[in-house]
Amino acid sequence: MKLIGKLFLALALTAMVATGALAGTLEKVQKSGELVLGVSEGVAGFSAPDSNGRWAGFDADMGRAVAAAVLKNPEAVKFVPLASKQKIVAVSSGQVDLSRGTTWTMKRDCKQGVDFTVVLFYDGQGLMVKKSLGVDKATDLNGASVAVVSGTTSELNVADFARANNIKLETVVFESKKEAFNAYVAGRADAFTTDVSQLASLRAGAADPDEHIILPEVFSKEPLSPFVRHGDQQWKDLVTWILFGLIEAEEKGITQANVLEVKAKSTDPVVQRMLGASGDVGSFLGLDNDWLVRAIQAVGNYGEMYDRNFGPKSALKIPRGHNNLWTKGGLIYAMPIR
Amino acid sequence: MNTSKLKEQLPALLTQTLVVGAILYVALQLFHNTQANLEARNIASGFRFLTVEGGLPINDSLLPYSPADTYGRAFFIGILNTLFVSALSIMLATVLGVLVGVARVSSNWLVAKLAAVYVEVLRNIPLLLTLFFCYSTLLAFLPAPRLSVVPFGDIFINNRGVFVPRPLFQDGFGWVLLTLGAALAASVFLVRKSKRMRDETGRGLPSGWISLGLILGLPLAAYYILGRPLEFDVPVLKGFNFKGGMVLRPEFTALLIGLVLYTAAFIGENVRSGIQSVDKGQLDAAKALGLRPGPIMRKVILPQTLRVCIPATTNDYTSLVKNSSLAVAIGYPDMVSIGGTIIGQNDQAIEVIGMWMAVYLTINLVVSLVMNWFNAKVQLVER
Repeated sequence: MKLIGKLFLALALTAMVATGALAGTLEKVQKSGELVLGVSEGVAGFSAPDSNGRWAGFDADMGRAVAAAVLKNPEAVKFVPLASKQKIVAVSSGQVDLSRGTTWTMKRDCKQGVDFTVVLFYDGQGLMVKKSLGVDKATDLNGASVAVVSGTTSELNVADFARANNIKLETVVFESKKEAFNAYVAGRADAFTTDVSQLASLRAGAADPDEHIILPEVFSKEPLSPFVRHGDQQWKDLVTWILFGLIEAEEKGITQANVLEVKAKSTDPVVQRMLGASGDVGSFLGLDNDWLVRAIQAVGNYGEMYDRNFGPKSALKIPRGHNNLWTKGGLIYAMPIR
Repeated sequence: MNTSKLKEQLPALLTQTLVVGAILYVALQLFHNTQANLEARNIASGFRFLTVEGGLPINDSLLPYSPADTYGRAFFIGILNTLFVSALSIMLATVLGVLVGVARVSSNWLVAKLAAVYVEVLRNIPLLLTLFFCYSTLLAFLPAPRLSVVPFGDIFINNRGVFVPRPLFQDGFGWVLLTLGAALAASVFLVRKSKRMRDETGRGLPSGWISLGLILGLPLAAYYILGRPLEFDVPVLKGFNFKGGMVLRPEFTALLIGLVLYTAAFIGENVRSGIQSVDKGQLDAAKALGLRPGPIMRKVILPQTLRVCIPATTNDYTSLVKNSSLAVAIGYPDMVSIGGTIIGQNDQAIEVIGMWMAVYLTINLVVSLVMNWFNAKVQLVER
């Protein structure tokens, strides 16, 4: 089914490289007038088309923020849904300019031709089971079968988890999240495993959400970071600092609604600098001085993005937890903009 | 004379050399550029990853496998799974296909129409949908492990699969197999002898019954004489699932059923066209000899349909092998599913896709070779 897609990617890679080195991504994006963003095939909260067919979610917002800063138009984003196993090749081959958040691992960073930017979501892998199974911790699942999605870190983590705890888990690996989840619901597997945030997303969409529980164990670190092609330092810096800017904006209380007012009135030198009222940090990125103002106008600050897609204003209602600002006990921390 | 011929051919030769040269040059450039650019982007290339511990789980393997094995072994397990399901599907689809083809030309209206409906439905629905349908029907149909269906003995059927006892061969079982071999050889000899007698005297031996007795009786006798050298590992319900025994998982079963049903529809059409291609005179001649409809079909018509069927059926076999790659959609770990996971972990798509292509090409070339050899054997020999 996806064979054609994969072949196409490989051919695209070959054809692309045959023409020699690629131009800088910033130049390419500005020339074509659109940002090509790799997204998931539909995970509520992260990236999924809404009822109007418009891509919504945390990753979609992240792409719009970058498009707003670079192209002055948050809607100049071309969304390319990619299966798990395609996402990295698509970026390393230059097929997409920027990809949704994906687990930052050493191998991907060092050996697979991509560079990670900023961790926007601290996730971890968990297991979901039916309440009726009467299981309340993961190690009780000895001998159980688990539905997994092919080509993800989850597939290996669950095998590692079983080996480390000396239990046996039979995995049933499916091409798509939907098929894997359906098989779990149909009773083919006792449990379903993926990142906790996605479990919450799937549970919210299930026929009877109360029927399923997410077990307390989180047995992996899944720091989800958007990533870009390896070797384009300028583009990597640009994406990185736009994302840091959104985080810093939450810390400084700058919102979608008040950003222009704050820019005009704030006397805080840090705020003045980041919003372009003073200094020239925009030029560090090859952009004008209003880069961050446009991004915040488009999607709001990090906290607003979170609330809209995962928080109280969403169907998922995932507590901020690790994804709160460092000043509020979380891990979200922006490097100084100066 | 010779020089003028060369002169005539020279332009053509020159252009051909130029075209071949250009293609080679482009291919080399492409390869070189790809290598250089992969290196520049820090993307690993080559096949070294195959020797690294993969850590990936595979639930259905014909050989012993654990996540501690290498990516190379995981891929190999995938190849075996692809071969296994393809070979089994080809055999079953052939049997079903011949039955369907014969049924389509049956003089029984109901049988012919049923076969026609079967062929039209299966041929016109995408295989992927057939597979989803088989899989979800199976899952909806089968009970949870605790509520397993037990048809008889130690056989358990549930939504984790069909569990049967695994035979454990003890010392001395080799002798039982040996007597079975001897009984088989004796039967073959007997059947041939009986045929010769019938040809010469018109009267044969009841070779079928004698052979059956030999094949069943001798090994059974040996089995008891040697003190029953066979034990069974019986599946038992432990916790969530059955442990021990052998298992036929629903993913494999659904894939097998889907592939067989789908391909049999095409083979059925080949058989039908083959039967209809046999000259009506053949049928009349066979009837004139006093043969009954069964023997006419088996001994006169079907052997002649082979000449028409085989080339088309070869195509269906190769399609079946390729179609088995849809396994990934319903969770059966075939070569494409496992290779996909390997791409996900290493992102060496070019290498893995190359391996897929090489394996499918090899399997299908072998299938074609065997079928072409068979085809050559059944063609009319004209003297």
